[in-house]
Amino acid sequence: MTAFDEMFPGASGPRRPYASYDQWLKDQDPGRLTEKMRDAESVFRKTGITFAVYGEEEAAERLIPFDIVPRIISGNEWRRLTLGIEQRVQALNAFLDDIYHRQEILRSGRLPRELIANNVAFLPEMIGLRPPAGVYTHIIGVDIVRISEDEFYVLEDNARTPSGVSYMLENRETMMQLFPELFKRVKVRPVENYPQLLRQSLAAVKPHNVAGAPTIAVLTPGSFNSAYFEHAFLADQMGVQLVEGQDLRVVDGHVAMRTTEGYKQIDVLYRRVDDDYLDPLTFRADSALGVPGIMDVYRAGNITIANAPGTGIADDKAIYSYMPEIIEFYTGRKPILGNIPTWRCSDPSSLSYVQEHLHELVVKEVHGSGGYGMLVGPAASKKEREAFAKKLAARPSNYIAQPTLSLSTCPILTEKGLAPRHVDLRPFVLVSDRIQIVPGGLTRVALKEGSLVVNSSQGGGTKDTWVLDD
Amino acid sequence: MLLGRTANGLYWMSRYIERADNMARLIDAGLRMALTRTQNASEEWNSVLLSAGADVAFSQKYTEYTASEVSDFLLRDTTNPSSVISSIETARNNARMVRTALTRETWESINEAWMSLKRLLASPIDERELPKVLDAIKRETALIRGSFFGTMLRNEIFDFYQIGTYIERADNTARILDVKYYVLLPSISWVGSTLDNYQWESILRSVSAHRSYRWVYDADYKPSNIADYLILNSRMPRSLTFSYRFITEHLRALAQDYGELHSSHAMSERIYSKLKNGSIKDIFDAGLHEFLNDFICDNQVLGDQVALDYSFH
Repeated sequence: MTAFDEMFPGASGPRRPYASYDQWLKDQDPGRLTEKMRDAESVFRKTGITFAVYGEEEAAERLIPFDIVPRIISGNEWRRLTLGIEQRVQALNAFLDDIYHRQEILRSGRLPRELIANNVAFLPEMIGLRPPAGVYTHIIGVDIVRISEDEFYVLEDNARTPSGVSYMLENRETMMQLFPELFKRVKVRPVENYPQLLRQSLAAVKPHNVAGAPTIAVLTPGSFNSAYFEHAFLADQMGVQLVEGQDLRVVDGHVAMRTTEGYKQIDVLYRRVDDDYLDPLTFRADSALGVPGIMDVYRAGNITIANAPGTGIADDKAIYSYMPEIIEFYTGRKPILGNIPTWRCSDPSSLSYVQEHLHELVVKEVHGSGGYGMLVGPAASKKEREAFAKKLAARPSNYIAQPTLSLSTCPILTEKGLAPRHVDLRPFVLVSDRIQIVPGGLTRVALKEGSLVVNSSQGGGTKDTWVLDD
Repeated sequence: MLLGRTANGLYWMSRYIERADNMARLIDAGLRMALTRTQNASEEWNSVLLSAGADVAFSQKYTEYTASEVSDFLLRDTTNPSSVISSIETARNNARMVRTALTRETWESINEAWMSLKRLLASPIDERELPKVLDAIKRETALIRGSFFGTMLRNEIFDFYQIGTYIERADNTARILDVKYYVLLPSISWVGSTLDNYQWESILRSVSAHRSYRWVYDADYKPSNIADYLILNSRMPRSLTFSYRFITEHLRALAQDYGELHSSHAMSERIYSKLKNGSIKDIFDAGLHEFLNDFICDNQVLGDQVALDYSFH
């Protein structure tokens, strides 16, 4: 299976979006590039752009490896992608509103009822509750893979608390520091206004009874969280407070933070804490990361929580397989961006197909994330497949399966020069009274030759993503 | 607007940076003393540990007071919460927590200090390398101070940082004096032996003031001058009066910013005016040890009061 390479698809030289970059690259001294690679690493380490890896003893702070060859997308390709993403995000929000209110989609029979009824991602607490400005999922990361020149697919939607946007911004910052001359030669659309857009977007969905500029804060689980760097980065870039659960309490029907001058009201909370931990009075009682009583404030319409609780029902992997139906139901149109064909193992005939074809499929846990608990059939040993088959047989409804797609590749710089590696793309979408997508996103790259797993927790790296202004 | 937790983080971040710096100076002085006065070396190391407030913890682990053991304990021991390695780790953890309150340069200087000192202190230090290591510690903390002063806005964030720095510094200077107060007493100073001369120099050295002392008092070491210098001199950057000038100034700034006075304001004003109007003769007459003891206690109470007044917890 040969993958489509986005820079050099054949022997005939680079694809058009890469032409100018390729020319520049040819003039570079390989020694200098290797040196720049090291510079990049020291920049990241110095600024502390690290992430913690769960399950590693030494409270390891690791760098996500950064590759200096950019992933380049033409203006045309990008326009097509954004249309598809916008449509999808609209459908996701419409679906959430419907599923927590009239449930028309269930009535119409397009979506089986048990998919919702038995789903832990569905929050009964959200039934009948309409968030300020009617927006459920404000910040979305849509994971997109490419198969060929013209085929893009959505791998999954991240409608809860997608992360990685700080890497998109820091990767660009680093590239501009390392290769300023390159940005003169190639016209790349800027991404650095993302924090301002995020702030405006959050302000636009403030509770309706807040007059004037709302007070916004970012809620982090704390400095030991794996994505703490990003939480601090975004709060800093937006110029808002970075708060923890211990800073907050409910005062006079509002959520307030403890400041050096007493308690101050918060109107919009961009939370990076999972639903389960948000309110110990409503969800997990042992949570120290949330705010006791915040759900009451929310129900009273006195705070905006972004993203709203319960959005997980929209990016659940079992729901994912119904996205084409969902999009058509709410937008009245066929999806512009396709789904990857998906077998739902809860369905007996799909299950037996999956069981027979384990060696060629990717099997994922319905509620899993981060690349954990999945089987990449073609790469797994016989023993691994057999062990996985047992788990699958025990709880079929916990799994979905997809064909092993030959993800496109993009070259990375190795010690032996350029070498192709598989990539995916996560653009970031902001929803308020409008939908905004910053031209770019996070390109994740599997650094191991032939590997298809791009997750940073599993040895993936990142690249700067260029959308050309052409 | 500043979170109480952030104010707390800034306060402790600066205290631990200051502590790491002071520790390096203290070891430096001990090292010099041990080199020049070999027969009293272990006694000298003991007073270094006393000044560092680490004598009890040390004696639980070691029986002998040698340069390599004491300096290892004060520099590298992670079970000692005031060792340089622990201090810089705590400072950096606090900085990470309050990162949004710091300029990029300040954060990077702390992060880089942490990276380089961790590397430097990773394995036991050969005695010959010790001066180089101490220099590196002082240099890293100076870089942090430099980027902080060069880039931070003069607002509440700056105030809490400064209050932490000077409460820590005043505590450190007072402790150094208190450990050696007896060599400064007039009754002993009449003896004027060479032993006292070394002791006096060691006190000055531990606050890096052995050269500047001569610019101010020109002649020989005199105990009352040394005490005056470290307690009352308003231009000596590590003196108690100097420290309180800044603590008071930054508390006043907070009162003005927030339009509210707290008990900590009255407390710091009282301590400051006692220092400003004090004379070394009065202090000696009433008892140097008592004076220092009271001061150390007051200073700590003030720190707790600031935490209370500004909702640190």
